[in-house]
Amino acid sequence: METVYDALDAAHGGGGQWAFGTGFDDPLVGVDTTVPDGVDPADLGAYCLMLGDDALVLAQRLTEWITAAPELEEEVAFGNTALDLLGQARLLLARAGSVGVLGSSRDRASATVPDEDALAYFRDADEFRCTGLVAAVNGDFARTMVRLLVASTVRLAVLTRLRGSRDPVLAAVAAKGVHELAYHRDHAARWVLRLGDGTAESHSRAQAGVDAVWPHLTDLFTATDVEQRLAAAGVAVDPADVREEVHDVLATVLTRATLRVPDRPGDVPPRGRTGVHGPELTELLGTLQGLAREHPAATW
Amino acid sequence: MPAPPLDPVVDEARLQELFDATVAAERRIEPRDWMPEGYRRTLVRQIAQHAHSEIIGMQPEGDWLLRAPSLRRKAVLLAKVQDEAGHGMYLYSAAETLGADRTDLTDRLIDGRQKYSSIFNYPTLTFADVGVIGWLVDGAAICNQVPLCRSSYGPYARAMIRVCKEESFHQRQGYELLLTMMGGTDEQRAMVQDAVDRWWWPSLMMFGPPDTDSPNSAQSMAWGIKRHSNDELRQRFVDMTVPQAEFLGVRLPDPDLALDPETGRHRFGPIDWDELKRVISGDGPCNAERIARRRAARDDNAWALEAASAYAQKHGARS
Amino acid sequence: MSARAGWPLYEVFVRGKRGLNHVHVGSLHAPDDEMAVHAARDVYTRRNEGVSIWVVRADAITASSPDEKDPMFAPSGDKVYRHPTFYDIPADVPHI
Repeated sequence: METVYDALDAAHGGGGQWAFGTGFDDPLVGVDTTVPDGVDPADLGAYCLMLGDDALVLAQRLTEWITAAPELEEEVAFGNTALDLLGQARLLLARAGSVGVLGSSRDRASATVPDEDALAYFRDADEFRCTGLVAAVNGDFARTMVRLLVASTVRLAVLTRLRGSRDPVLAAVAAKGVHELAYHRDHAARWVLRLGDGTAESHSRAQAGVDAVWPHLTDLFTATDVEQRLAAAGVAVDPADVREEVHDVLATVLTRATLRVPDRPGDVPPRGRTGVHGPELTELLGTLQGLAREHPAATW
Repeated sequence: MPAPPLDPVVDEARLQELFDATVAAERRIEPRDWMPEGYRRTLVRQIAQHAHSEIIGMQPEGDWLLRAPSLRRKAVLLAKVQDEAGHGMYLYSAAETLGADRTDLTDRLIDGRQKYSSIFNYPTLTFADVGVIGWLVDGAAICNQVPLCRSSYGPYARAMIRVCKEESFHQRQGYELLLTMMGGTDEQRAMVQDAVDRWWWPSLMMFGPPDTDSPNSAQSMAWGIKRHSNDELRQRFVDMTVPQAEFLGVRLPDPDLALDPETGRHRFGPIDWDELKRVISGDGPCNAERIARRRAARDDNAWALEAASAYAQKHGARS
Repeated sequence: MSARAGWPLYEVFVRGKRGLNHVHVGSLHAPDDEMAVHAARDVYTRRNEGVSIWVVRADAITASSPDEKDPMFAPSGDKVYRHPTFYDIPADVPHI
């Protein structure tokens, strides 16, 4: 089969510009993976799970749009965003595994399953540390774009600060991630503008999306003990620090989109970050994990 | 030789002559060139059918995107399905240079007025199907498509060059998945063999009816929009695939499959053409489901497209 | 034929790397210029950063008029392509 490809490469300069494949850049090449002094590896791993699970679960939600998007251009955009988040999830889960934070997953997954997959496929819902914001169902295109706007605004604010983390791995993941997140936020914001200020129908759908997503802000800015300890050690970001920035960005976009900005929901103690989830996460994981769990000894 | 100026009244015979000479000399026809109406119409139909196949082809594997059993496989499959959306776009682009309109072509697909490759009307029952689709279905597509990189119509040929480059990645990821699964558990090996058993014959059907029953082929060959006959490409695919199957350790489900020592080519058993006709005419296992999904994507989201158009009007089309 | 009007067609030009010209790579549909640039980046550069993209509405491009130097030109005006904007197909033409 080689001849076919050779002829093509020759015909097209072989630059590979158009082939987007499996070659994900590894931002950890040359990065020191030692745990910083004075940091409990269990805390570091738990924090990586929080950020990693957010990315994994949102990637899964966005992937649900593939073959169902409004236009082909949007199919491709959903694919790009999901691929970016999946890439971030893989690095963060692998980092959690490398510092020994694997929960019960190692008891269930066979030895040949890499850490990132053990964590993604063999933990139960109560071991996941994602927020309710990303676990919520998609709803229509408007609600999906509002959720993406909120989630990417929060994550961009966190990763922007995390570039200065004392943990070199988190810093490297954040440095790569901010470019991706800036694009996701931009794309979502453009759509929210168009839906909010488009037709009467799109406006009411967008407003309904905002109203449905807003309650999920309630536990986004309250830190867990892990985040507090790591933030004090210069490793993590205290989510309370990004609250004002996030609200400013969202208010700016929604106002320009002629949408009503709901009142800020009151802060409650962290739920998703401590493993408290609704049935929608269990359902999502049932789909995501089903096949891998059916064949625990298999290699893929 | 400098051509004499054309008569203001278009000299059709002279244009036809120039067109024929351009195709015969293996030069490309470009969008603004004069072309016979039949050439344009055949091309639009062929390119649209090809584009529809890419878009419908997202679905059989898309079924496994949410369930892929490792994060690496999930990323690879997502990239692949996304490529197919891109391929569909490149091809619709090419069709649009001929005066077709993507919105209209999509409607024709959904209304059943235009076809897509019958292969995508078969279900994907296990994850091994993802690998076999990459290996056999994309492999067959590459055999079909590489010659189209030299299509006489420039925009189509250029789109195909890009498509084929990406398809080669698709075939490799499929084969690599199968190799990994064959090195896994007995259960996985059985999954691979089962998938090969189900996809082998439909893959051979992808090359279309036998040459004896392919009425439009001669004209398409003369126009340079088809470069090899169906049977020729099918034979090439079989010869390419048999050693790959041996290396993989799977059996191709054809008792008549054998190397002819004289020609160096493989003989293979009779193809069930009635099955192909049934599936093409809409009686395949998944026809209705595939179209229903496209219809839902169009109808459920039409309001979002309208919203973006309305916003553009409000804020100036060049906002 | 559908009553819905699709988004307008844009032509996409990409500078693959510094030192090269922008080259026409294909087309796409978008509601406006901004979204067209976004879609072009997603579709035609597939997440490769650092390339430069131009988009222009297909109906804004003017092409040279055909003359006797290239007799292959169809006498069809000054538009680059036979895009639907300038080439209407009646809905009842079968199998087009």
